[in-house]
Amino acid sequence: METIDPKEKLAKANKKLGLKLLWLVGAALLFGFALVPLYNVMCTVTGLNGKTNATADSAKTHLDAKRTVTVEFTSSVMPGLSWDFYPKQPSIDVHPGQIATVLFVAKNVANEAVAGQAIPSVSPGLASPYFKKIECFCFTRQELKANETREMPLRFYVSPDIPEDVKVITLSYAFYNAVKTTN
Amino acid sequence: MVMQFLKKAGLGVLLAMLSMAAHAEFTWNFPTPATPMAMDTLHVHNKFMVIVMIIFLVVLGIMIYSIVNHRKSKGYKPATFTGPSTRSQVIWTLVPFAILLYIDFILMGIPAYHSVVMMEDTKTNADMVVKVTGSQWRWQYEYMSGDAQGIKFVSNLSTPQDQIDNKEPKGEHYLLEVDNHLVLPVGKKVRILLTSTDVIHNWWVPAFGSARDAIPGFLRETWVRVDVPGTYRGQCKELCGKGHGFMPVVVDAVPEDQYKVWVADQKVKLAAASAGADKVWTKEDLIANGKNVYEKNCAVCHQITGTGLPPAFPSLAGSKVINGPIFDANGKVLKDSHLDRVFNGKNVMPAWKNTLNDTEIASVITYERNSFGNKMGDMVQPSQVKALR
Amino acid sequence: MSNATAVHHDAHDAHPTGIMRWLTTTNHKDIGTMYLTFSLIMFLVGGSMILGVRAELFKPGLQLMRPEFFNQLIGVHALVMIFAALMPAATGFANWMLPLQIGAPDMALPRLNNWGFWLLPPAAILLTLPFTLALFGIGDGAVATGWTMYAPLSVQGGIGVDFAIFSVHLLGISSVLGSINVIVTILNMRAPGMTLMKMPMFAWGWLITAFLLIATIPVLAGAVTMLLTDRHFGTHFFDAAGGGDPILFQHLFWFFGHPEVYILLLPVWGFMPQILQTFSRKPMYGYKAQVYSLWAIGALSVVVWAHHFFTVGMPVPALLYFMYSTMSISLPLAVLFYCWIATIWKGSLSFETPMLFAVGWIILFGIGGLTGLVLADVAADAQYHHSYFVVAHFHYTLFAGGIMGIMAGVYYWLPKMTGHMYNEKLGKIHFWLTAISFNMTFIPQFFLGLAGMPRRIPDYALQFAEFNMISSIAAFALGLSQLLFVYNIIMCVRGGKKATDKVWEGAQGLEWTLPSPPPYHSFTEQPTIK
Repeated sequence: METIDPKEKLAKANKKLGLKLLWLVGAALLFGFALVPLYNVMCTVTGLNGKTNATADSAKTHLDAKRTVTVEFTSSVMPGLSWDFYPKQPSIDVHPGQIATVLFVAKNVANEAVAGQAIPSVSPGLASPYFKKIECFCFTRQELKANETREMPLRFYVSPDIPEDVKVITLSYAFYNAVKTTN
Repeated sequence: MVMQFLKKAGLGVLLAMLSMAAHAEFTWNFPTPATPMAMDTLHVHNKFMVIVMIIFLVVLGIMIYSIVNHRKSKGYKPATFTGPSTRSQVIWTLVPFAILLYIDFILMGIPAYHSVVMMEDTKTNADMVVKVTGSQWRWQYEYMSGDAQGIKFVSNLSTPQDQIDNKEPKGEHYLLEVDNHLVLPVGKKVRILLTSTDVIHNWWVPAFGSARDAIPGFLRETWVRVDVPGTYRGQCKELCGKGHGFMPVVVDAVPEDQYKVWVADQKVKLAAASAGADKVWTKEDLIANGKNVYEKNCAVCHQITGTGLPPAFPSLAGSKVINGPIFDANGKVLKDSHLDRVFNGKNVMPAWKNTLNDTEIASVITYERNSFGNKMGDMVQPSQVKALR
Repeated sequence: MSNATAVHHDAHDAHPTGIMRWLTTTNHKDIGTMYLTFSLIMFLVGGSMILGVRAELFKPGLQLMRPEFFNQLIGVHALVMIFAALMPAATGFANWMLPLQIGAPDMALPRLNNWGFWLLPPAAILLTLPFTLALFGIGDGAVATGWTMYAPLSVQGGIGVDFAIFSVHLLGISSVLGSINVIVTILNMRAPGMTLMKMPMFAWGWLITAFLLIATIPVLAGAVTMLLTDRHFGTHFFDAAGGGDPILFQHLFWFFGHPEVYILLLPVWGFMPQILQTFSRKPMYGYKAQVYSLWAIGALSVVVWAHHFFTVGMPVPALLYFMYSTMSISLPLAVLFYCWIATIWKGSLSFETPMLFAVGWIILFGIGGLTGLVLADVAADAQYHHSYFVVAHFHYTLFAGGIMGIMAGVYYWLPKMTGHMYNEKLGKIHFWLTAISFNMTFIPQFFLGLAGMPRRIPDYALQFAEFNMISSIAAFALGLSQLLFVYNIIMCVRGGKKATDKVWEGAQGLEWTLPSPPPYHSFTEQPTIK
């Protein structure tokens, strides 16, 4: 009859438990990477970082003519993009549910074609889930020919569900050089 | 022995502090608050400090009593308890935790709740909006609403490098002085929008009680309402590279009428700058003006001598970008030319179109092309820069 | 201490000598010794870096170094102290003492143990190599982003960041291996009859630490890997331009970073009650309450991370959640303080060096804890955040709460490890110099922070001059005092009064039943616990 050395048995058990713990490490590593999409979901739901939708929202809404919200526009052109870019109007007043179109002016000062990608951000962050873009130049990268000037339209509305106390929303576009941003 | 040492240690600290009290420059607490937020923060802070000080002293007292009395050298016989045994002991054990619960969530928790709500209330009744953009290593201010709309300027550290290098005596506001102050009217609620063009910065004026990160690509906001006229100084407080300690914030809070005068003044200056861009400049004037602009804005990285700090900040002497053509045959700006690089930036190099006016950009480029051993001999006219906008 | 242990090894179990012994050893005491020695060396390395910083901050103006180099020193100081001094010290104690305390012959996975240690020296070299490379004109020095390596500053940084990323990977793997070993040892190797609730508190502290490490280090590894791919492979995890978000890095980092604080402190909270009971000659108070509190703190530590960056701008509900959850940590922590003080209460106290450190530790760590409670307040945090107030706060928790705790452990167990008594008088002088100069260094920093001095600046405005000068002088006193510590340890390893097996009159626990120093294989016959 074989006798199992208790020492060997223990060593085996140790190895087994150690390997199990290694699975735990793997799970934690996966969890770390899973936090990236989780965080993005959190952001879209809560407006955590003033992020807004990157694709078109539906235009279905209803008008709330009793209230008015001021929407301000601002822009930053990031280093490396040879454009001028600014809102044509500093702000507009809209009723929640009212679809509005505003224009941004982009001008390529370089003598060759340059592509840019606009990143929107809304402040205060809690307003961002209620800021609905139907049509936006920020959904795709924009290419301007050498020395071209173009007016870029944004069609949007502010959802009637927006909390009563939000009266001013600021929308900012940071325009990046799209050469660096190709995914 | 322990007690003696504790006494000595305490006395030492006390003496050191008393001897310093002779000076008046430093403070023991937050600076005098200038906004409702800072006032609230100071009150909350003082209250919490008193609470934790009391907790600390009570616990320390108990420990010192034990250290003094329950000593082996005094023949004290050790007890053997390992936990509360009778009902009254259990209750006495729970009392400190009940107190702590009360302190955490009532005594400290409730005022803290109100402070948070107040701090984050940027949305109601703002009188004006100012956009603050951080970049390495300066702040840019842009007035977004009201009469001042369109006023936009850069605020650079104005402490001379020689003071920093200990070559000349340090001025009163050493490291807390800038060329262009942000000017705000007293008593108005100002919504401050923050963003950045490179890394994360943090706009902080201690007397305002508000600090908020400026994050590249995203917008953040906070608010101030300065109730006391005066000049307030603060600093960036998020590590943003080598110039982190050298990008102060200076805010002048002035009465409404003075503010109006300032706004009108700025508008005149803007118009003059715009007119200046239309006239034709001589090369000498451009170079002289450009030297000024260079030393204020560019010397931080590229150094006064133009030698840069390679590899992060390239040398301008003999630089390929500078010693190359700017315009193509049709008079259009070439990609990666000197003007393109200054105007639009690249990676760590900021886009100066956001912060310098046409004359300044034309001057600094002309200066760089004719200094540090670069002998291009040509120049860029402000009108040529203006044409890019 | 090497010679001493070697004398006792069993004759039939020959093992290599000289350098090969240390390279190939799988003995828990040898590895523990290596960890502790490594930790001590890196403690001095990290300390000298910060003395350079304090020298620069002695007076306003730039005297000794450029801001770039200053930024490298502060970041590498923190990384060295946290990953290469404090964590290895705790692992060193785990290796040395856990088998002795739970009645095991060795650690459960000896070979893994060896690998775990030998990852550390290359990691330390990677971290500091860029300093040397820069001297030869390669790159622009070590990581200059602070130990937090926030994107996008770290995306922008030079090769120092890449070296730091690989170093963090190695350090992470090392501590994960160490943790697996600790968990397996504690769960599988306890002496018969030693149920979990009869384990020494040190084993509990380490068990929770090990689980926290396993849960959070991989998240850090993931975050710095993303940083690496953002830097070199065109990903945009932290870059708004490609749909990423720089704040994501802060979430990932502090998801690891906050538990890390407890990873550094829990082992100390484990052995500290043992020291207190030894010198109080009285059983530990509230064993169960302490165990449950350790678990509670471990659990709370993974859900409070965002209090490290309240100023990035968060929705009000998130701010309130992180504020109140942070405040809740004070409850289990108060239970621990209560138990520690109740352990002393009505004891028969004597104040040998370990006890001096232990009592000083309770008081100073108390200051760290209480200022932490104040820091939880979101509105006031706008002022405290990234000011010198925070610097002072976390040095009260990590130097007083961490390193002074480790020192208490060193003095407590050194006689057991070496078989010699250290110089008691020198130990006491070391304690008083450390305690006084530590307070003189960091109390002024509280006031600096309140007055509005941001951290991580190489030069400062004139109103901060007085406090900085005091702080710098005291920091040098603090640094030099540690040479006494090193001297005392070296002398103790080389000789000294013979230590008894029990060493301390009131010592309780299995490690004191073995000879001093213990034999090469600790318990060949496992003791049975009643």
